[in-house]
Amino acid sequence: MPYEPVIGLEVHIQLSTVSKIFCSCSTRFGAAPNTQVCPVCAGLPGVLPVLNRKVVEFAVRLGLATQCHINRKAVFARKNYFYPDLPKGYQISQFDLPFCQDGKIDIEVEGKVKAIRINRIHAEEDAGKSMHAETYVAAGETLVDLNRCGVPLLEVVSEPDIFSPQEAHAYLSCFRRLVRYLEICDGNMEEGSLRCDANISLRPVGTTALGVKTEIKNMNSFSHVEKALAYEISRQAELLERGERIVQETRLWNDGRGITESMRAKEFSHDYRYFPEPDLVPVEIDSQWIDRTRAEMPELPAAKRQRFIGDYSLSTADAEVLTEDRRLAEYFEAVVRESGDARTAATWVLGELLRALNERKHTIEQLRATPAHLAALLKLVAAGGINRAIARETFAIMLESGQMPDEIIRERGWSQINDSQVLEKAVDAVIAECPDETAAFRNGKEKVFGFLMGQVMRRTRGQANPQQLEQLLRQKLDDGNKRY
Amino acid sequence: MDFAALQQQLCDRQTTCVELTERYLAKIEKGVHLNAFIFVMRDQALQRAAEVDRKIAKGVAGRLAGMVIGVKDNLALTNTLTTCGSRILHNFVAPYDATVLRKLAQEDAIFIGKTNLDEFAMGSSSETSIFGAVKNPIDPQRVAGGSSGGSAAAVAAGMCTAALGSDTGGSIRQPASFCGIVGLKPTYGRVSRYGLFAYASSFDQIGPLTRTVGDSAHILQVIAGCDPQDSTAVDTAVPDYQQALQRSIVGLKIGLPREYFTTGLDPQVETVLNKTVEKLRNGGAQVVEVSLPHSRYAVAAYYILATAEASSNLERYDGMRYGYRAGHVRSLEETYVKSRSQGFGDEVKRRIMLGTYVLSAGYYDAYYRRAQQVRTLVKGDFDAALEQVDCLLTPTAPTPAFCLHEKLDDPLSMYLSDIYTVSVNLAGLPALSVPAGTDSKGLPIGAQLIARPFDEETLFAVGQFVQNP
Repeated sequence: MPYEPVIGLEVHIQLSTVSKIFCSCSTRFGAAPNTQVCPVCAGLPGVLPVLNRKVVEFAVRLGLATQCHINRKAVFARKNYFYPDLPKGYQISQFDLPFCQDGKIDIEVEGKVKAIRINRIHAEEDAGKSMHAETYVAAGETLVDLNRCGVPLLEVVSEPDIFSPQEAHAYLSCFRRLVRYLEICDGNMEEGSLRCDANISLRPVGTTALGVKTEIKNMNSFSHVEKALAYEISRQAELLERGERIVQETRLWNDGRGITESMRAKEFSHDYRYFPEPDLVPVEIDSQWIDRTRAEMPELPAAKRQRFIGDYSLSTADAEVLTEDRRLAEYFEAVVRESGDARTAATWVLGELLRALNERKHTIEQLRATPAHLAALLKLVAAGGINRAIARETFAIMLESGQMPDEIIRERGWSQINDSQVLEKAVDAVIAECPDETAAFRNGKEKVFGFLMGQVMRRTRGQANPQQLEQLLRQKLDDGNKRY
Repeated sequence: MDFAALQQQLCDRQTTCVELTERYLAKIEKGVHLNAFIFVMRDQALQRAAEVDRKIAKGVAGRLAGMVIGVKDNLALTNTLTTCGSRILHNFVAPYDATVLRKLAQEDAIFIGKTNLDEFAMGSSSETSIFGAVKNPIDPQRVAGGSSGGSAAAVAAGMCTAALGSDTGGSIRQPASFCGIVGLKPTYGRVSRYGLFAYASSFDQIGPLTRTVGDSAHILQVIAGCDPQDSTAVDTAVPDYQQALQRSIVGLKIGLPREYFTTGLDPQVETVLNKTVEKLRNGGAQVVEVSLPHSRYAVAAYYILATAEASSNLERYDGMRYGYRAGHVRSLEETYVKSRSQGFGDEVKRRIMLGTYVLSAGYYDAYYRRAQQVRTLVKGDFDAALEQVDCLLTPTAPTPAFCLHEKLDDPLSMYLSDIYTVSVNLAGLPALSVPAGTDSKGLPIGAQLIARPFDEETLFAVGQFVQNP
């Protein structure tokens, strides 16, 4: 019997606030263990949480971007369980009244747009980190790092609207692009700032009732998610084929073995005993706050892509790449504004610039060449001040030194040679030096023309105006022909 | 002698803070059998007293210079143990100060020691501390009340000028009543809870235990107000409480809740209350009967909600980072189970279990949610009553101080000793217990005044009138 998978994703994002959700400790990643801890996030007796307003702002931002209903009154709740990396014995989360509910994210798979509904977005504090196998942890020992305690998280729960690992991948990449645009999370799955758990069940194709689901955890990259879901689909399908039942359980993705493994039932059979957090007052979010956040929202990726296609006559594919990263898109638009030439700007940003970023593993903010630099370079090319080859070299230097292109060209004496007398001299010299190739060309060997062009370019150290040079060289070679 | 008179003496150089502190220290020594203090900060207090004396000499002393205060041992004070009377915190030293203590220290109050209490402030007799039971200075065969029994006994025995307590269901007012002193539970949100080791967060409130209503006003003046470290502390102006003490009670309307004067009330307590009513009438107040129809559900609702919060608040005591950790364990789970089983006393365990139960899946709606509904109804009763009258007058406790061990093995009868105080915590209102008389054996009997939210002024005005001869 053919089965179709039904998947819902729970995504946790670590918010890129400066301080933690209920105290003023830093959220910086990678500090020495237990150095970013105060009585509040260490859960000492007697301390009280105070909500970081930024967290509310970020939640509202994501809620608006996913067309959620923003609850005017949101309430924090305690989720109670014992674990050494949870110093209070409960996690402050949200239960009955989260910040946002009932939204959607549009994804695109194979050219088709599909809406994945969002059930809820709620805020909570992260727990600390239990370290079992680090260099300074003895065998059989577990140490706890509380730095991560109280780092703000948003949990985004989708409805079971996802029907394939590809759709799951599309959802995640759409989601990641969105949170990066909103600048609320860096979206780095490997560092754990974006984490994903999946609920998955199978049902016979054509039916609507949901089957028994399993929850998959420990997927640390997009490809883990795809692989784990694909594995789980085949595992469940095999069981169903054999007439066996699916056990509702939590399974962990083991990437090394390429399988999901059952987690012992004991570890997750929690009764969390949620109840409203009495140490925090309900958060009232008035419409003014929502309006202000809405007004400060950046243009979202889908809208930006459409606009780029319309405004700059870009292909869908080019627009897609340019809008993948908000900073890249903004860089591109700044170049366009200054240079006035969208086509050329797109060619350069998609070509030279992206190549340079990939090679250097830089982000766009790290570049020393600003949009003004690139625009100036494009203007120089357009005005005939330099040719493309020199322009590329200039660009490379610009990236390193942060110098303006005209300065680079002046320093190196690279400006284009447009003087026909100078060019003529060079052409004459090459014709004189290369009698064989000249004769070959004149005998109809058109291919040799490129070689001769190259020779002249070399003589002029690449600075010859290529159009002018080509015209001149042809003319000289043809003149010779006529003489015969 | 009240604090105002004391300050006058300090001002007139008739005495010094050091002298005063030494006198209190001597009293503490003499009354060591009362077990009011868990430990005494002898050297720190004397050193601080000398500092304050120098400030007085320079004329730069704070408002509470000369106020020597006992601190309930569930308030964080840097460099001192804070045990909550529990084995599980037997070695815990807080790295920070409770907001109230910081504010008091800023005004040059002197802390003389940490006072004994029921373990984690859970109790009505101060008998469950690992440091032993507190005894009532009036009759050492009897309890001092609880859970702030150490604070009440210390003030009553003259071991300090005043003490701080915490009140979750009557823990300031009931011991004040039993020891014949003044106990104030401020409005929920009037005083920051930062640094109070939580029992039940939505009920807990810190307040003063003092010999006089005036002293209570002095302390509230300093500790009241919002706190950036406590979201539940409310940002409303703090009025001048000394002025409130001067207010006349003529024309004030005082309500007697009918439901508080029925079965279970000791006839001698009733007699004292009736005398108080007479006194108020003679003083020009109008006393009328009012009704709080949902009162009989209050104790049940309180023990569901408070224990639910307690079960969660006490989860942090797991033997991992501080406090007591059981030895000879082989697993994480065993560490938790043994540390907590050995670290907590019976009453605390009873409340943790009760609270865990009422929050459990399948029981939440039947218990926690219903109790919240009762809380809303109780609050509604008070709102309605306090629309008709300026404050309410009730007994603080159904009886005078009972004997040691009398109720220790009967939790229900112990819980019922809070019957007149818990409703106030459910509603978050301010209430003051003020000495109103004694029974035939000379045991003190307190009257409780309850006012509208943030109207501690009326409590002080009426309380002052009741206390004055």
